[in-house]
Amino acid sequence: MDNYIIEMLNITKKFPGIIANDNITLKLKKGEIHALLGENGAGKSTLMSVLFGMYIPEEGEIRKNGEKVRINNPNDANALNIGMVHQHFKLVEVFTVLENIILGVEPTNKGFLEENQAREKVVELSNKYGLKVDPDSLIEDISVGMQQRVEILKMLYKDNEILIFDEPTAVLTPQEIKELLQIMKDLANEGKSILFITHKLNEIVEVADRCTVLRKGKYVGTVDVKETTKEELSKMMVGRDINFTVDKDEKTPGDVVLSIRDMVVASKTHKNNAVKGISLDVRAGEIVCLAGIDGNGQTEFVHGLTGLEKLVSGKITLCGQDISKASIRHRSVLGMSHIPEDRHKYGLVLDYTLEENLVLQRYWQPEFQRANFIKFDKVREYANKLIDVFDIRSAEGPVTIVRSMSGGNQQKAIIAREINKEHELLVAVQPTRGLDVGAIEYIHERLVERRDAGKAVLLISLELDEVMNLSDRILVIYEGEIVGDLDPKTTSVQELGLYMAGAKKSGQKEINNAGE
Amino acid sequence: MQENNSKNKNKLNIKSITKLKGFSSFTSALLAIFLGLAFGFVIMLIANPGNAMAGFRYILVGGLGRLGDVFYFATPILMTGLAVGFAFKMGLFNIGASGQYTMGMFFAMYVAFMWDLPGSSHWMIAILAGMIGGMIMGFIPGIFKALLNVNEVITSIMFNYIGMYFVDMLVQSNGDMYNATLTRTRYIDQGVQIPALGIAGSNVNLGIVLAIIVAIILYITLQKTTFGYELKATGHNKFAAEYAGMQGKRNIILTMVISGGLAGLGGAFAILAPSAIAGSSMTYEPINIIAANGFTGIAVALLGNAHPLGIIFSATFISYIQRGGTLASLVGFKPEIIDIVIAVIIYFSAFAMIMNSAIARVAKRLVGKKNDDEIVEEDIIIEEDVIVDDNDNLTKEAE
Repeated sequence: MDNYIIEMLNITKKFPGIIANDNITLKLKKGEIHALLGENGAGKSTLMSVLFGMYIPEEGEIRKNGEKVRINNPNDANALNIGMVHQHFKLVEVFTVLENIILGVEPTNKGFLEENQAREKVVELSNKYGLKVDPDSLIEDISVGMQQRVEILKMLYKDNEILIFDEPTAVLTPQEIKELLQIMKDLANEGKSILFITHKLNEIVEVADRCTVLRKGKYVGTVDVKETTKEELSKMMVGRDINFTVDKDEKTPGDVVLSIRDMVVASKTHKNNAVKGISLDVRAGEIVCLAGIDGNGQTEFVHGLTGLEKLVSGKITLCGQDISKASIRHRSVLGMSHIPEDRHKYGLVLDYTLEENLVLQRYWQPEFQRANFIKFDKVREYANKLIDVFDIRSAEGPVTIVRSMSGGNQQKAIIAREINKEHELLVAVQPTRGLDVGAIEYIHERLVERRDAGKAVLLISLELDEVMNLSDRILVIYEGEIVGDLDPKTTSVQELGLYMAGAKKSGQKEINNAGE
Repeated sequence: MQENNSKNKNKLNIKSITKLKGFSSFTSALLAIFLGLAFGFVIMLIANPGNAMAGFRYILVGGLGRLGDVFYFATPILMTGLAVGFAFKMGLFNIGASGQYTMGMFFAMYVAFMWDLPGSSHWMIAILAGMIGGMIMGFIPGIFKALLNVNEVITSIMFNYIGMYFVDMLVQSNGDMYNATLTRTRYIDQGVQIPALGIAGSNVNLGIVLAIIVAIILYITLQKTTFGYELKATGHNKFAAEYAGMQGKRNIILTMVISGGLAGLGGAFAILAPSAIAGSSMTYEPINIIAANGFTGIAVALLGNAHPLGIIFSATFISYIQRGGTLASLVGFKPEIIDIVIAVIIYFSAFAMIMNSAIARVAKRLVGKKNDDEIVEEDIIIEEDVIVDDNDNLTKEAE
């Protein structure tokens, strides 16, 4: 008989219109790293929320060390030594690390805060696990990776034995991910039991001992990670074989659709310009990828290109027209489609229904309005068509409030909207961020389809695999400048990595001046 | 998933009704009203235990005998409520309804006293003038907000004072309008007054009908037009609205102008109302007090959940208990007691949504597991999701 610290037996949790967890069983051994794998909307987060006391399941029971327990709220979970690092951190920005860690369990002496003892414990824990956290820095001053360590310290400080990590690597840089995985291993070696929610197969293979796979709310199986492969895991997760490489034919690019000359965009956070004179061309029927490490001016570049931000100087030409000073609507009418980086902030009105979001770029066109009155029957018709074609899944179809939809389906809605409007250029900014392999494959197929339809595609991405697989041409951006113009067929990932890190630089190839 | 959904629908129709947004805001408003009244009763018990029952009875049913007056007094606060609620839909908090209302009143008076127009066109034009007066007062905070990103709360609250002092100054310096010995404006000619609806013992007039028509037009604008679509989109998420190419600045100014115009109409309706006593009329006293109807409008808008049709009911309700409140003075209660009750109602309505789900939780415990009461759970889930999402938004903004 194995020694299980936590057993979740036959858990069923229903939401309106959907069964999020259907008879799921998960058993966590003491001292293991147990990965929980599944697509977006497979029910991973719901299951963990049940364990953490945020949802109460309709059926099933939870056992700790073989004894049945009831977890009605996060406090109960804490009392059972269950801790969780949420995807979005729960930290007070203007407090110090130490203040955040002791928040809720402040040690006091006659009603006065007694920090010294807490500080000692925090420093000791930090050293023990190599977290390198300074207890006195303010949360707002430290990096995202460091903030995550504060969350980990919070759990350790409360002597939690069962640690839940909800997609912890989504917000980290590759270097930080490596460090985090090492920390997780150390924690497991010290006897902590870890539940690791993720949909990144590489990370599972690297750290996890066992892996439970969920699909559409149902339990698929639990496997020993050593005895399986990435391909097998992804098949379990998606229910079919996944194509890790993108199929695309050779194509000769056509005319220049987008031409940018010496674009300069100011930075919002510091005095220097974030984009320092970028020039590039994108032609019909090619995917040009702007690759780079996050924060090298990509966001500002996209804002300048799409009109969200004014240019300091430079010239943008779209389909032969100067749009350097054009309004966002004008650019859109001229043929620019934009899949934004932050789908919640820019891409969607979360409190609008799906159908209202699907016409966000088109509601003013004669097809959808007469004398400023929106033709809701036409909107519904159009929405149903897109939902059908793009397989956008939601609880209530066109009238679903978008906030309640899963991330993958929200992204599908944006892509459906942007692809179905008249366009010559598609600007896709990190279109697969936070999505699972099934959705990523789908989105990659759509982008290639656009290219094959003779549209120009400008992809801005941080993922090396995506850059290598999709693009016809790679431009590397580093500190607001283009430092490399590479051909994916003759470039290795390592070389691309060096360019992105700024360690290598080459002049941009002579760009064709046809656009001017 | 879809099969599941349709099954549920067939099973219980009540569920789909209770799930409607409108229904839940209606029940939460009722809950707020109930708690507000209960609290008010407690205060009355403390203030004057002997007459508390009698006084409370007046508050509850006193308005029934004076329905004409209820609608008469509801007219201006309905308009200021619409003004606040409309701006609120776009995420703007127009606290300047008082100043816009006062300016509208002045513009209407100016046309009434200084212009000579034939027949009933006179009061119609006076009403339109009131609307323009309010629009001007709304335009200024709007343009500050749109072009200079100055917080509209601050500008509009300061414009309450600017509007009030400016109007008081203009009124006092105009002999045709101002009767210095009585320190109030002169009576407006009967020909310029809005026609009464002919309900005995009350000044209720065509204004309430016009106000309700305006509310319905607003409702249609918000629900059916591209402008309403843009306005609500901006209110929900201004970044997405900008991304979709909506003209945010234009819409901010337009919204504030419309909002101001609505409050201005309220001022015009108030000052141009007919008087039951022949030869008299409503008057304005330039005594440096900010018009209370503007602030009551905030309460009306909140209680009506910023929904134009909801605001019709909340304005009527607040006017109704105000009438009852004045009657409570017959048994020795100060009319201020009713202001406390209204304040409590607003206070509770602010977090009535949360209380709604809290009550649902209690109900769930009482009903127990047997009934598998899904309505209750749905409410809880939705609420929690929203809270989580809000946190996300906050952290994002903080970044």
